[in-house]
Amino acid sequence: MIFTYDLFINALIAGVMLGGFYVAVTIGISIAFGILDIVNIAHVAFIILGAYIAYILNSLYGLDPILASIIMLPVFYALGVAVYQVYYVSFEKRGQEALRGLAFFFGLLFITEVGLILVFGVDYRYVQAPYIGPSFRLGDADFPLRMLVPCVIALIMFGLLQVFLSKTFTGRAIMAVSQDPLALRLMSVDPIRIKRIAFGISVATAAVAGALLIIIQPVEPSVGREFIGRVFAIAVLGGLGSLPGTVIGAMLLGIMESFTATFYGPSWAPAVAFGFLLLTLAFRPQGILGR
Amino acid sequence: MALLEVQKVGKRFGGFVALESIDLQVREGERLGLIGPNGSGKSTLVNCICGTLTNETGTVLFQGSDLNGLPAYKRTRLGIARSFQLPRPFMSLSVAENIRIPLLFTVHAREGVKRSHADLHDRCDDLLRMVGLQDKAEARPIDLTQVDLRKLELARAMGAEPKLLIADEAMAGLSHSEIDDILKLLVRLNEQGITVIMIEHIMSAVMSFSQRLAVLVSGRKIADGEPQEVVRNPEVVRAYLGQ
Amino acid sequence: MRWSTFIIIALAIGAVLFGTMRWFGNEYYFFAGYVVLQYVVLATAWNILGGYAGYVNFGSAAFFAAGAYSTIALYKIVPLPIPVLIVVGGLVSGLIGFATGYLTLRLRGVFFAIATLALAVVLQTLIINWDFVGGSRGAYILRPNEIVILGSYIQYLFLMMLLLAIVAVSAARLIERSWLGYGLAAIRDDEFAAEASGVPTLRMKLIATTVSGAFMGMAGAPFPYIISFVDPASTFNLAYAVNAIAMPMIGGTTTWIGPVIGAILLGVIQQVATVTISSAVNLLIVGLVLVAFVIIAPNGIVGLFQSWFGRRVR
Repeated sequence: MIFTYDLFINALIAGVMLGGFYVAVTIGISIAFGILDIVNIAHVAFIILGAYIAYILNSLYGLDPILASIIMLPVFYALGVAVYQVYYVSFEKRGQEALRGLAFFFGLLFITEVGLILVFGVDYRYVQAPYIGPSFRLGDADFPLRMLVPCVIALIMFGLLQVFLSKTFTGRAIMAVSQDPLALRLMSVDPIRIKRIAFGISVATAAVAGALLIIIQPVEPSVGREFIGRVFAIAVLGGLGSLPGTVIGAMLLGIMESFTATFYGPSWAPAVAFGFLLLTLAFRPQGILGR
Repeated sequence: MALLEVQKVGKRFGGFVALESIDLQVREGERLGLIGPNGSGKSTLVNCICGTLTNETGTVLFQGSDLNGLPAYKRTRLGIARSFQLPRPFMSLSVAENIRIPLLFTVHAREGVKRSHADLHDRCDDLLRMVGLQDKAEARPIDLTQVDLRKLELARAMGAEPKLLIADEAMAGLSHSEIDDILKLLVRLNEQGITVIMIEHIMSAVMSFSQRLAVLVSGRKIADGEPQEVVRNPEVVRAYLGQ
Repeated sequence: MRWSTFIIIALAIGAVLFGTMRWFGNEYYFFAGYVVLQYVVLATAWNILGGYAGYVNFGSAAFFAAGAYSTIALYKIVPLPIPVLIVVGGLVSGLIGFATGYLTLRLRGVFFAIATLALAVVLQTLIINWDFVGGSRGAYILRPNEIVILGSYIQYLFLMMLLLAIVAVSAARLIERSWLGYGLAAIRDDEFAAEASGVPTLRMKLIATTVSGAFMGMAGAPFPYIISFVDPASTFNLAYAVNAIAMPMIGGTTTWIGPVIGAILLGVIQQVATVTISSAVNLLIVGLVLVAFVIIAPNGIVGLFQSWFGRRVR
């Protein structure tokens, strides 16, 4: 293990940019699980779906993946609404969300992955875009654009959501719905409708996250599974229900993974996230900024 | 020595102070009524006593021993039982099986001596008769009426053969005759030597049942003493009874 | 029915099954039968924690693989007889189950489920980086061709798995009807109320997790011998994770016979499908059926029978 200033700086920068991307991947879970208490483990499947759709639009029409994902936002939002409706009617209403709800999302995750294998096969797919390839240098530091652009987009998305959740009426209703549905009803706001909107938004973020993913790395159907643990690790580490906590958790994890990959080898990187998740659950389950 | 001693117990949820330095003593065999507006911390106090929540400050002593750090099931085995405000029966088990759970896990665990199957069956039968559910032994909770669910809830608490029974709003939403049923049941239990803390909003029941009355408002105890005096206390009238 | 009677009947059925298959003499049936029985064990094991206690384990593949890789690790040192390997696999996986439970069962069930997801990946990463057991390249096991009395080694493996399945199902039935089963049911229905009734919830969940993990490891222990080549991809296969959940949920989670029905039904269908259609389509169907059952028939096939014939769910 050679430790040089050069390697260190670049590992740190790569970690931060990776962390930024992880924010995009996790924010959907922060909303679904942290705020709505819905354990949507199929979220990563939606992300991979988003990646593949970006791939199709990119290879067929040469559309920029980020642009493609923005176009797909309403579609994914509708998907989220539909999934929540099924989830609510089948499980939440009957009070069976613990076992059956989890199995439901697991089934969705599974169906999506296998479906993608059937349609696209197990070859890696990637997109073409002008910012994949070139890097931006600042002294010793190297900023590959294919990491920088997703990081920036992710943080913009986070910023927009944070503003939405804290400044708009619907946004604040979403924050309130998990803590005090009765109060919402008294204001003649239907908590179910609010949850539906929130879950729709949660899945919509997957469209963007998927596009960012396929910009950063080539994608094949089982890639999603590596992210399940990461996503929940970040959400738990940062503190459930806290979006700013998600950013902190994501950055921490990104930096840790980057250092592990640089100094110990990339095959150990997945274990970092999961190891951290287990430790967090064991010793500080409320996370850093948790409720 | 008091059976139960709550000393300066405090509990917060984030920034919200649910209980602030509560002092309470319950003598053996006593019938204590605990009243207060919704959200005043009554259920939180019960949870802290029973161990389902951990109080941040203060101590709970039962028969002189400190309950700090003891998980809820151990407190039940020591002799504290509670019924839940909203009945929480084990939905996949029958009425009889519901009562058998505390018998299996508290009574049998407590004595150390292995009781026989027949003994278990007999005790279960007795409890069913005590609450009048003997004909519904094989029924499922989902088929029971509200008052039967309350009775099951109390029977299950009694299944732990406690020294102290905390009845958390066992009569809410019931009709006059149903309230009478539950009240008679609680009095009978007390006559058998069980200390009872009754948490209720139904003032007629509380007044006729309690030997002593304590009032919680916004997490603090504002009155504690003879029921007739407490209800005349101006602060109590202002905070609670005037509603 | 007493426990001893049940085991005798199960052994009798097993003997008839084995005898019939030997009479047919087709080696492939033994191989397919092994896979189905393996799923019976996995589904039954999963259900002890998932169905009885209500705690979902998404990382069945991890426990299964721990058993398989214990066998490989031991094989590299000194090859041992299958029954010993099964016991070792059970101990290793039981320990992992205990450790995972100890770390996470104090929290809500959801966190345990997430931890099991994490566990599968951690373990897989560890194995991939552990060259002694072959790492990502995999490891070979030389399967003996013959064994005394029975002749074919595959038939021997089948017999071992058959006995393991009988033990697992008997154990599940025993647990279900014992005080442990009642306690787990109370925990599943309402953990708070269970604890308030004197049930030592943490201890019982730990027992269930350990037993469940142990049986999964036992199912995995003979695996290297039946397929001869083991690598992380085949051992941590998604099929194990989804089947371990789908089979009990489709069969019915409240009683021991649900996982058996689910495993035999889905196992046989999948064996047929893998040969006729692709294995990916076959897994897709499993996923679809799982989701359909979870939504429409939450108590599985057993639940459907009971509602048709009006008997209790438990």
